[in-house]
Amino acid sequence: MKGNFIDNLPKVYGIYTGGFLAFIIIMSIAEQMGMTAKTIGICFVAFTVAIYAIIGYLSRTAQADAYYVAGRQVPTVFNGMATAADWMSGASFVAMAGGIYFKGYGYMALLVGWTGGYVLVASLLAPYLRKFGCYTVPDFIGTRYGGNLSRFMAVVVLTVASFTYVTAQINATGTIASVALDIPFQYAVYVGLVSILLCSMLGGMRGVTWTQVAQYIVLIIAYLLPVFWISNKMGAGFFPHFMLADEVSRIAELEAQFGFVKNSAENLKEVPKGLAGITKAHSAVNATPWAFISLALAMMMGTASLPHVMMRYFTTPSVKAARKSVGWSLFFIFLLYSSAPMLATLSKLSLIDPTLPTGIIGKSITEVQAIDWYQNWNQANLMFVSDFNGNGTLELNEFFMGGKAVVLATPEIAGLPYVISGLVAAGGMAAAMSTADGLILAIANAISHDVYYKIIDPKAETAKRLVVARVLLVVIGFAGATIAALEIQGILGSVIWAFDFAMSGLFFPLVLGVWWKRANKEGAVAGMFLGLVSGAAYLVWVRTGGSGFLGITQLTFGIFGSAVSLVAMVVVSLMTSAPNAATQKMVDEVRIPSGKSILGKQH
Amino acid sequence: MSKQEQHWEKSRGLLFMTLAIWFVFSIGIFLFGAEMNEVTGPFGYPLTYWFTCQGSLGAFVILIFWFANRQEKIDEEFGFSERGDD
Repeated sequence: MKGNFIDNLPKVYGIYTGGFLAFIIIMSIAEQMGMTAKTIGICFVAFTVAIYAIIGYLSRTAQADAYYVAGRQVPTVFNGMATAADWMSGASFVAMAGGIYFKGYGYMALLVGWTGGYVLVASLLAPYLRKFGCYTVPDFIGTRYGGNLSRFMAVVVLTVASFTYVTAQINATGTIASVALDIPFQYAVYVGLVSILLCSMLGGMRGVTWTQVAQYIVLIIAYLLPVFWISNKMGAGFFPHFMLADEVSRIAELEAQFGFVKNSAENLKEVPKGLAGITKAHSAVNATPWAFISLALAMMMGTASLPHVMMRYFTTPSVKAARKSVGWSLFFIFLLYSSAPMLATLSKLSLIDPTLPTGIIGKSITEVQAIDWYQNWNQANLMFVSDFNGNGTLELNEFFMGGKAVVLATPEIAGLPYVISGLVAAGGMAAAMSTADGLILAIANAISHDVYYKIIDPKAETAKRLVVARVLLVVIGFAGATIAALEIQGILGSVIWAFDFAMSGLFFPLVLGVWWKRANKEGAVAGMFLGLVSGAAYLVWVRTGGSGFLGITQLTFGIFGSAVSLVAMVVVSLMTSAPNAATQKMVDEVRIPSGKSILGKQH
Repeated sequence: MSKQEQHWEKSRGLLFMTLAIWFVFSIGIFLFGAEMNEVTGPFGYPLTYWFTCQGSLGAFVILIFWFANRQEKIDEEFGFSERGDD
């Protein structure tokens, strides 16, 4: 697997994809022959995790540039796949279609935000940071602005944002592992953690890169196959993305027919926690322009500040490869994101249309309660019906579902074989693992490279640095798992907070570092510190009953944080002296793609 | 003006153009979300709905590749492109 491994990549992953498809076929034959649903679930998760572990082992390395930036030789398209897996978390995979299903247009600001951010990454940052030749994001801040304080502040912002994010991901791996392997969540979290560490411990960025490509292939098959299958089975269209217009307008028709009846608070008390009913229009505009735009904007700026995404573009062979690679990343993300609304549409229509055999609205309550899949998902605490008005039939406002059920239960409702549910579990696991790996590595690398090597012990040997990096990886992983096991907050909420934290502290220090020569150390430190603190303060204020202003909510507090960061950075920079000639020259160098990188190959 | 300054000037021009297009698809059209949704868009979906599911997302993908190609041309024009890889 060494030497011309890079040249053989298409072949290696081609064989891998073929093998995975063959595995799916074998499993469906086994299902026909009577293998139980539980065994199929275990096989899917165990088989895929074992493959990732093998890739992780084969990618082991003792070199700093392989460990930190995968030797800077990852080809454009493969880096795009790895970034897509890095990017699409358990939340994207399991919760996104559910969010669209329940909240419609207002929620779809996330789709626009989580894709539009890549335009900022490609045009403002990625190629320049690649030219810089840094190992980590704080490495750029520390070298561009100079001084240990700026480097340290960048590590702090990075850690706050990434750690908020990673607990959600470990939580997601734990949820899936506990369902698929049938073990209690508290233990499943650690099973998930060990799987995550198997990918990254030995090979660092190199191991994570090649497992993420493998994970992307699993997750995209696991997402698209059911969407196409369900659409064809329902007769909705051969290619759902282009053919669901009738279904979308049919949902609008049904919404008008049923109406959105508001339930009394008393009735809602009966509904199990975490479940929701359909209360918002599917395709109509149901949010104000500012609510939509502010959420999209926060997610876009957050995307451009999150270190686990940015560091993927440090691994390409050249600056122009970094630019193209951003395009490929977004293309691979687009494949999944554009399918989520289609899944939400199919799922909703199949449940609420009384003329379809799967439709339950308008049936009698006892009839619905007798359906097999209803009983299964009711037991899993993801579905609930209750006859509030006592008329014996199920109304739209009397049906409740958990957000995860849209992805997890729709295949079963549509009557697909169980093998698809096993596949979906493997896909969700791949999505959560790949993101967790990227994040844990981002934190551990920043602390080991920037705090330990650059600040504490600049004379440390490579071997010692890599030992520190690996120890930190394990420590941070366990800390994340321990917090995840406490189950403090929901998956999606903490993901959105991570974006807000990242943009509060890092967006302007990163962008102005390239685009404004006059930006100096004092300005950057002030920008990072005041941005993070004011963003966090705003969050606490709103969470503790504060009214907020300008329509900025707890989901978009980064808009306030980053505005403070920008003002602080500009004002403080202009009040203090301009950066020295060497720094100015460094910025000039960063702006042209040719020539040597600012930091050496080994640093 | 030195070669390097000219190169940067052109790169900055491209950046502003890219950000302007980005602004239209990520922010501009959603200022008129409610009005636009009355119109039937591609494949028969309501127009704003289509932009949120496919249109804007696809536009971003195309925009990034377009930007990357234009920037490469600018780099070549001033002799700043990298050799020997990709």
